[in-house]
Amino acid sequence: MKHLTEYRDLEATQQVIRQIEKVVTRPWKIMEICGGQTHSLVRNGLLELLPEEIQMIHGPGCPVCVTPMQLIDLAVELMEQGVILCSFGDMVRVPGSTISLQEAKSRGGDLRILYSPLEAIRIAKENPDREVVFFAVGFETTAPANALSVLQAEKEGLSNYSILVSHVLVPPAMEGILDDPLCAIDAFLGAGHVCAIMGYRQYHPIAEKYKIPIVVTGFEPLDLVQGIYRAVAQLEKGEYRVENQYARAVTEEGNLAAQNVIHQVFEVADRQWRGIGTIPMSGYALKEEYHAYDAGRRFSLEKERPQDPGECIAGAILKGQKKPHQCPHFGTKCTPRTPLGAPMVSSEGACAAYYHFASTNT
Amino acid sequence: MKTSHPLPSTIQLAHGSGGQMTRELLDQIVFNTFRNPYLEQKHDGAIVPLKGPVVISTDSFVVSPIFFRGGDIGELAVNGTVNDVAMCGAIPEFISLGFIIEEGLEMAQFLRVVESVRRAAEEAGVQVVTGDTKVVESGKGDKIFINTTGIGNPHPKGQISMDRVREGDHILVSGPIAAHGMAILSEREGLEFESDIQSDTTCLNHMVRELLDIFGADIHLLRDPTRGGLSGVCSEIAQDSGLGILLRENAIPLEKQVAAACEILGLDPLYVANEGIFCAIVNPAVSTDILQFMNQHPKGSKAALVGELLGAHPGKVVMKSPVGGTRIVTPLIGEQLPRIC
Repeated sequence: MKHLTEYRDLEATQQVIRQIEKVVTRPWKIMEICGGQTHSLVRNGLLELLPEEIQMIHGPGCPVCVTPMQLIDLAVELMEQGVILCSFGDMVRVPGSTISLQEAKSRGGDLRILYSPLEAIRIAKENPDREVVFFAVGFETTAPANALSVLQAEKEGLSNYSILVSHVLVPPAMEGILDDPLCAIDAFLGAGHVCAIMGYRQYHPIAEKYKIPIVVTGFEPLDLVQGIYRAVAQLEKGEYRVENQYARAVTEEGNLAAQNVIHQVFEVADRQWRGIGTIPMSGYALKEEYHAYDAGRRFSLEKERPQDPGECIAGAILKGQKKPHQCPHFGTKCTPRTPLGAPMVSSEGACAAYYHFASTNT
Repeated sequence: MKTSHPLPSTIQLAHGSGGQMTRELLDQIVFNTFRNPYLEQKHDGAIVPLKGPVVISTDSFVVSPIFFRGGDIGELAVNGTVNDVAMCGAIPEFISLGFIIEEGLEMAQFLRVVESVRRAAEEAGVQVVTGDTKVVESGKGDKIFINTTGIGNPHPKGQISMDRVREGDHILVSGPIAAHGMAILSEREGLEFESDIQSDTTCLNHMVRELLDIFGADIHLLRDPTRGGLSGVCSEIAQDSGLGILLRENAIPLEKQVAAACEILGLDPLYVANEGIFCAIVNPAVSTDILQFMNQHPKGSKAALVGELLGAHPGKVVMKSPVGGTRIVTPLIGEQLPRIC
């Protein structure tokens, strides 16, 4: 647990908060990209400890929240067809247009909740007569393991394994947010885990083009306040550059071995983001030579599917234009038990974070 | 009629038919294991001596896998029910034992479970006085399910009641949280940790009895945080008492390897199941003495004072984070872990 407890230290954290108080002279809006950071901010009660000039805006970095509803419908259909559907736990309660994966399971579907796609490979080997599909959701962080599972399936000659791809990328999402005319964000806290894989080279042109500070930041309380401090210090001096607060896990070039695996299997493609819409070149799709492992193609599930009903304001939440409690349905019609949209379900969703851990003042 | 026909190597449907094979199974395994005069009455039920009022609690156990680090479903089925009776401030005396077995369960595994029920009942000082055995078709169960009902008399000095919970009361937890849930999870397919996390399943009735012997009415409420974890119990107490609860995250006992496993799997230990600890809501004037007593008890060496009851924010649980912020703790919604008790 070393490298965790020391980043949860009361004295050290409060000392950095005092430094922020010292340098801040005017209001700033800072977006933390990653849902894990949102959770840590709320779980640790940091929002109420920060000076009131600092407003944290919760970004789109929850992969489950941005997975299109149509893909969930598709996964449900696969289960109804007798496929063994493997998924990360977060995904199973997210509502599709009719039911969630969890409900499909209660109706007799075969759903396996896994922590690694390589477990799905084992399931495919153990069930040679059945189709096994892994729901490959996530940002750049989960992409290497998902890609590896495809390479492993190829190596072992498994013909009953495929993945349902819903991979999204952080930098295009940041640009999408900054291009929005309603965007009022002054600085970003970069997503530490994503950068551990991808590095942060891609962020320099963004910082330059939009004149915005980007601080790659970790997830513990001390990480977060340090990231915020560095962002505020730049903003107060009128500077905009990329900094790395999370140096114990992140290097500029990232994890090259993981990137190689990703690029071997995936190529960058347009992706639909739930609540936001299609962002060009914002996700991964399987390369042509791996189309055999693409569940979307394999099961030719290309039929027309219903669109989001529109009660959920996920788009505004994910772009940071609204806070969860500013939604008329928050905590009333929409709760983790009866979610109208994904941000209320996923453990990284901003709405769920507010619902579970909201500070005593709100 | 005593039978000596050798048992087959697996449980078969006929073992639940009520016929000769049921009789053989019961005689050779169940009655043979739990010898006591009440069971040997061989009525449809047991006639036992009890003075009123009587405390009754029932619980069903469907844990998968049935054997796990630190225990098994048999031990759990005794401890779970014994602890529920003890949490009412009572001294458990008798339990019933109902099996629902899936056809095909290895006889050796059934024997192992029955033996473990025996050991747990002996440690808890309760007698198995009645029971039932059913067998379901292969695929219609999950190896073995167990239902137990416990009966006991209230402790003469015990005054355990939600009505007695007061503003200012202290909350003690008798041991480190989240061990059972994480032991089960680490046992499940594909999840292995370098460290060996053990379930905390154990009977708590002796410790509760000693606490009530000494501190009696100063113990206001007892709860064991099984499914739903510590947060579940605290949320219930806050809602039912109409008071607020303040927990201090730093004070909650949590073993290092359990904390690390929760960290890796993205689980909050506050929501993870326990099977061998309890929360006591106690008179703050004597909480230090109670804690000291618990710490000297073999089952409470890591007990801690974790929080208190407040007049503020009625019905809600608030947690002070290690870095000084506060947050609301909500009860578990939906499922955090698949079947764990």
